[in-house]
Amino acid sequence: MSDERILIKGNEAVAYAAVSAGCKCFFGYPITPQNEIPEVLSKILPESGGEFVQAESEVGSANMLLGAGACGVRAMTSTSGPGIDLMQEGISYMIGSQIPAVIVNMSRGGPGLGSIDASQADYFQATRGGSHGAGRTFVFAPSTCQECYDMVQDAFDIAFKYRTPVLVLGDAIIGQLKEPVLRHAPRNKQDDKAEGWRVEGMGDRAPRLLKSVYLEDGALAARNEMLEAKYKAMRADIRVETIDTEDADLVVVAFGSMGRIARSAVQLAREAGHKVGLFRPQTLFPFPSEQLEELAKQGKRFLVIEQNAGQMLDDVRLAIRHYADADFFGVMPGIFVDAEELLTPILERMGGAK
Amino acid sequence: MSIQPGEKLVFGAPSTLSDRLTHYCPGCHHGIGTRLVAEVLEEFGCIKETIGVASVGCSVFTYNYIVADWVEAAHGRACATATGVKRARPDRMVFTYQGDGDLAAIGFNESVQAANRGEHITVIFVNNTIYGMTGGQMAPTSLIGQKTTTSPRGRNPKKEGAPLRMAELLAPLDGVAFSARCAMDSVAHVNAAKRAIRKAFDVQRQNLGFGFVELLSGCPTNLHMDPLSANRRVREEMIPYFPLGVFKDVTANEKAGA
Ligand SMILES: Cc1ncc(C[n+]2csc(CCOP(=O)(O)OP(=O)(O)O)c2C)c(N)n1
Ligand code: SF4
Repeated sequence: MSDERILIKGNEAVAYAAVSAGCKCFFGYPITPQNEIPEVLSKILPESGGEFVQAESEVGSANMLLGAGACGVRAMTSTSGPGIDLMQEGISYMIGSQIPAVIVNMSRGGPGLGSIDASQADYFQATRGGSHGAGRTFVFAPSTCQECYDMVQDAFDIAFKYRTPVLVLGDAIIGQLKEPVLRHAPRNKQDDKAEGWRVEGMGDRAPRLLKSVYLEDGALAARNEMLEAKYKAMRADIRVETIDTEDADLVVVAFGSMGRIARSAVQLAREAGHKVGLFRPQTLFPFPSEQLEELAKQGKRFLVIEQNAGQMLDDVRLAIRHYADADFFGVMPGIFVDAEELLTPILERMGGAK
Repeated sequence: MSIQPGEKLVFGAPSTLSDRLTHYCPGCHHGIGTRLVAEVLEEFGCIKETIGVASVGCSVFTYNYIVADWVEAAHGRACATATGVKRARPDRMVFTYQGDGDLAAIGFNESVQAANRGEHITVIFVNNTIYGMTGGQMAPTSLIGQKTTTSPRGRNPKKEGAPLRMAELLAPLDGVAFSARCAMDSVAHVNAAKRAIRKAFDVQRQNLGFGFVELLSGCPTNLHMDPLSANRRVREEMIPYFPLGVFKDVTANEKAGA
């Protein structure tokens, strides 16, 4: 595919990215605000030789995804928070059975039916494993349509690199926003190396089994130790964007859609002469703790901004706990804010307007 | 099992079955069902291209007995997982092997929807009217009046509904190519069950749709019966409510016309 710049929504970027990353199966159930993803894929995936299935529910989607992933095929589902609730069992089995897959959550407000507006209140659900039994998923947090496009492609690589489900956590703003996106073939598409473990019919080799049940004495402990080691190894793929943090007195920490609004607010603060920087985690699990700790060692102060009542705040505090504490400014899910509104809490921490 | 000098093999195991003791209780029909599936896969010569989807129940370790590639599904989700497998590998033979709690209670939706989509998979459904693995609780197929650990006064249809007849329920769906109910309590019934299982795989081989076989089974352990009484119960109590027969066979009309 030659590089081409097009104006599309974040949701559409996810769909196009999946196809160019070589996704062969998509399973999904309709839910706002991510409907463009299955709608676009129902058209373009079959055209590129893939399978599109509208599942009976997100329970169905997740377990279909498990089946396709078990075959070593690049497969994806997309949904919003309530759908992730229903997928937790399947995600847990995929983690336990080491089955790669990509799961996109264009999150919305909750609890319950909540609203279809933007929300970052699924941070805990995404980063704490969500399901029973202590499993963790790798989590990307895009803040632009281009990042939706790039991170979904990278999510497939990471899923196969670690043989694990990977979450891409966006929200209603990222999904619905239209921006120019540079479409390109996967930049660093890796060899999936699935021949060594996928189920495919045993042929002339020994039979294979992908499972999560370990009943023999000590077997589950060994399994979990292996998985814990894998979560640690994932730290090699931590990503973070930092802007003007070197000389900053105050570092604003924000991710996803709040990260992009905070970026503008930090810029406004700089223009007003304040030494403010931005720290935007692009992976939420694993979390860029060492990078944050490094900044804390330098004596910087921190302000966490999220569209929830304080969730990533916990991870920031854990990261900097030996050197500093973090302040928090929360925007409730469903409330839209612009950079000016985020500038106020920043300036307050800088001792008012200069 | 090796044959010693002077011995003659009169009844062997199919090559598709591993040579190991099963964890099934004495007199449990799961062993027969597992063997029948293994025999059919051997006769079709397709075991090397087969992917099994294991369910959660007493059948979970079937992957230790049928020598093939397997993936474990969550409780009730085998038909969804098999859908994913088959869509990813349409060139492979894909089957599930599920109990009644698994297929007809927690996995009812996944099962019915996969059947309705006409997924090209084969589903073997072991109906023993009880939750075996968890210790004998009421199943969606428990008979009226049947006492279980969670229906101590007997299943009351006014409160718990009547037992689900899955083979009849699935048969009218357009996506279903074959649906039958068989039993494993007698040689004649076992032979009929094998014919049905063969058919249920054959419709998949021909890409005709969803193949389904319900196998009426005994669970001596949780029915607190000796194996022979559990066998008799299949005949005397289960078959009158769950009639044996083929409820759908899309290949039957072809033959009649030919
Ligand atoms: C989500 C979930 N709920 C409950 C269970 C517990 N569980 C395991 S097997 C089973 C029922 C097994 O009965 P059945 O499907 O009839 O198979 P059988 O053991 O009789 O062969 C249950 C309820 C589980 N594993 N997962
Ligand atoms: S508990 Fe019942 S179904 Fe399970 S193995 Fe024993 S006899 Fe068979």
